[in-house]
Amino acid sequence: MSEQRSHVGSPVLRRDLFAKVTGSAKYTVDITPSGTLHAKVVRSSHAHARITRINREQALRTPGVVAVVIAEDLKDLFSRFGHIVPDHCILATGKVRYYGEPVALVVAETLFAAEDGAAAVEVEYEDLVALMNPAEALAQDAPLIHEEFYRAATDESFAAMAAAPTPEEEAGERDNVAHTVEIGWGDVDAAFADAHLVVEDGPVHYPMLYAYAMEPYNAVADFHDGQLSVVSTAQHPFMVRTDLARIFDLPLSRVRVEAPYLGGGYGSKSYTKVEPLAAVGSWATGRPVKLVLDVEEAIYTTRADSADVTVRSAFDADGTIIAREFDLVLDSGAYADNSPLVLAKAVNRCFGPYRVPNVRARGRSVYTNTSPASSYRGFGAPQGALAGELNLERAARELGLDSFEIRRRNLVRPGEEILPGKRGIDADLLADLEMLSDSLNSHASADSAIGIGFTASDAGAFPVSTAQVRLQVDGSVLVLSGSTEMGQGSESALAQIAAHELGVPLESVSIAQSDTIGPYERTTGASRTTTLAGLALQRACTDAKQKVAEMAAEVFGVPATDIESIEGGVRVGDKSPVGFGEVISRWFGAAAGEVTGVGLLRRDGVTKKMPPFWEVGVVGVDLAIDPDTGVIRVQQLATVADVGFAINPRAVEGQDLGAATQGLGGALFEELVYDGPQLTNPNIVEYRVPRMQDLPERIDTMIAARGDGVGPYGAKGAGEGTLNPIAAAVAGAVAKATGKWPTRVPLTPERVWRLMNDLPEDGD
Amino acid sequence: MSEQELGRTVTTTVNGTEVSRYVLNRSTLAQFLRDDLGLTGTKLSCELQVCGVCSVLVDRSPVSACTYLAVDVDGRQVETVEGLAQGDSLHPLQQAFVEEFALQCGFCTSGFLMMSVALLRKNPDPSEEQIKEYLDGNICRCTGYAPIVEAVQLAASRMREEGNV
Repeated sequence: MSEQRSHVGSPVLRRDLFAKVTGSAKYTVDITPSGTLHAKVVRSSHAHARITRINREQALRTPGVVAVVIAEDLKDLFSRFGHIVPDHCILATGKVRYYGEPVALVVAETLFAAEDGAAAVEVEYEDLVALMNPAEALAQDAPLIHEEFYRAATDESFAAMAAAPTPEEEAGERDNVAHTVEIGWGDVDAAFADAHLVVEDGPVHYPMLYAYAMEPYNAVADFHDGQLSVVSTAQHPFMVRTDLARIFDLPLSRVRVEAPYLGGGYGSKSYTKVEPLAAVGSWATGRPVKLVLDVEEAIYTTRADSADVTVRSAFDADGTIIAREFDLVLDSGAYADNSPLVLAKAVNRCFGPYRVPNVRARGRSVYTNTSPASSYRGFGAPQGALAGELNLERAARELGLDSFEIRRRNLVRPGEEILPGKRGIDADLLADLEMLSDSLNSHASADSAIGIGFTASDAGAFPVSTAQVRLQVDGSVLVLSGSTEMGQGSESALAQIAAHELGVPLESVSIAQSDTIGPYERTTGASRTTTLAGLALQRACTDAKQKVAEMAAEVFGVPATDIESIEGGVRVGDKSPVGFGEVISRWFGAAAGEVTGVGLLRRDGVTKKMPPFWEVGVVGVDLAIDPDTGVIRVQQLATVADVGFAINPRAVEGQDLGAATQGLGGALFEELVYDGPQLTNPNIVEYRVPRMQDLPERIDTMIAARGDGVGPYGAKGAGEGTLNPIAAAVAGAVAKATGKWPTRVPLTPERVWRLMNDLPEDGD
Repeated sequence: MSEQELGRTVTTTVNGTEVSRYVLNRSTLAQFLRDDLGLTGTKLSCELQVCGVCSVLVDRSPVSACTYLAVDVDGRQVETVEGLAQGDSLHPLQQAFVEEFALQCGFCTSGFLMMSVALLRKNPDPSEEQIKEYLDGNICRCTGYAPIVEAVQLAASRMREEGNV
């Protein structure tokens, strides 16, 4: 292998980090075009109420205020958004559905003027019955949160992923269920009747979480001459573009959405958030409008679905799972957003990476008068895994097996299907289990309580990806990708792939990303970039090389069969190598021109079978619990990233430790708590995330690279899997240490202490 | 209110350069740096002094620029992330953060760097525990922190070797 060839599989320094350490890297929040107006949102102070009057006179008289936009101003637009169900009002229309919902947008010359103006907007409400949790929303006499049915977007891909409303849902009577998913196979009832052991758990509660991407949602929009340009903290600029085009009835080609570096994403910046607000502000004033949320507003914009999960599993005498039955209820908040898909994934992922011959799983995503829930790293998997893995632990105890052994007996083998008819598992979970076992057990101490968790996520989302590679006359390379750089390292990984494919130095490759005037990328989520954008990029490189070879044949007057593609260029017969740049220059007859290679990926060929790949989660923790205080100390954290091939091993380890740390946050500290109509802790003082002193004492982030993915060089996705089973592993370890079964996370010191002392887990 | 009641002119030194600007009384140091001076390397997040993202140094002490008023820097020295590198040459902490993959999205990084500068000035050879304690007020949501500890240790050892503290 030549030097260039080592660009993949080695821990090259990430190129974006240089700009980020000097402060020169530009994030959306750093971009303020000249003439920009600043916006502030007036938000609902009621959870569920009719809006009886909005008085904006005083606000409009505030010095510097240019406009106050309310729902009635939008009646000539399509004033809602939502990529699956377009139910989400840009500004509350007729009524508010949650505390914190945008009611008016004040646009002013300065941020201070906008804030002063927002404080002067008077809104009067007439309260409706607020439904603050799924039990209230599902009650017989519950009022409707959405009286209307909003016809689903027609994107087949959501139907393929079980997220689009079914014809029955469309035709049925209205209730507060946003979406229902049911899957199953085998004869569940017969299996339970024949079982040696049946173990039940639940409801097990997974909390409402806030991803806390540290750059809050913000966008700057410029609407003029029938064109809309938006710069935004969007993971999926192309998806946002679709929503914006529908709002203003514009062709997709007249809407541009750019996403510069994102200050964190973790799924929470998937799909449309504040872009429509900034856009209607600009539409109303004819000037660029910038809207930057604070953290409290961001929490009220998107959170993760909380879940109550009930599980029942049946076992043979030797510990073989013979059936599992799940019921999941997700609290999806006031608007559907991505919750139908989160639900579909939660249902697909709840029963784990095990051979389960008989399955029945039902999930409901329920509207409540709480902040809207949507994607968060892991995407339904952590919610189901907490109950499912805890249930497996309980079975292990009753069967006299240890945590590893019951999984050895049930984990699927490579190639076996988890979901019937879907791609078989592309990972060696048994080998991963032994890595995990060796790591944890070789460092266990007398007070160790070891908990482990396994998950498998049907990842990669829907495979639609494109890439362009532009070879320049000086031999440098410009790669265009629609994938967003949100910290995960795609900029660097894509450069590594391009350098490898073209055989050029890494330094000669530049990447331009996530701008809808560039090539299309469906999403940056579901851990898809390395695999799917990577495959599209490989194809673009192949296309570019082929075009150069054809040009070389013409330039040198030889048959195409005499041209050999080599690293960085071509060889003509047995003559000296000629670089890409020289071929291009000679073909155009000037030191000018370029060659564009195009790579397209769809649901075909290696990515025909869904999901494109499985992302497994293989984790273990070793906890020590203080019996007097209930404080948990994480003595060991061990993770296995079963990634097929690590394009950049250091970056993979970084993703895994980051994911595990976020998982530990949800397992130990993090929970949004509603008390009445509003959250008690919509801030980072009271919503506690992991800090440096919470670091586990020993960390072992292992990589299993067996070349079993469909992506470049056998790679498959990473970055989410390790979060998914962490809460389950922690809860399992707490069960071992205390002899009591937790029914919810986070396992705060008080909850653990209560568990140990046979008190209810919550004091209230 | 008169202009004088709403604000005043402050004179301060930012990364070694003296600047004089009229600022509103209600303006924060973060707004002054980002909006008035265009130094957008300092970021804002929690705006409650608990995330550390906006940490800058005023008279060599760390402050939260999200809540520190701009008028209060009058006559003081301000240091931000933009002042760390010397031309194209990165500060040892910046170099170490890149080498140890101590950042991913990078939004918290300016704050970590400025706090680490303050730490190493006070204590050129901090233990792992001292690093964790000093930086416990800075949140990183991407890395899981371990690489940041390693980066500070690496930079500290290089700076000691070079007598650069």
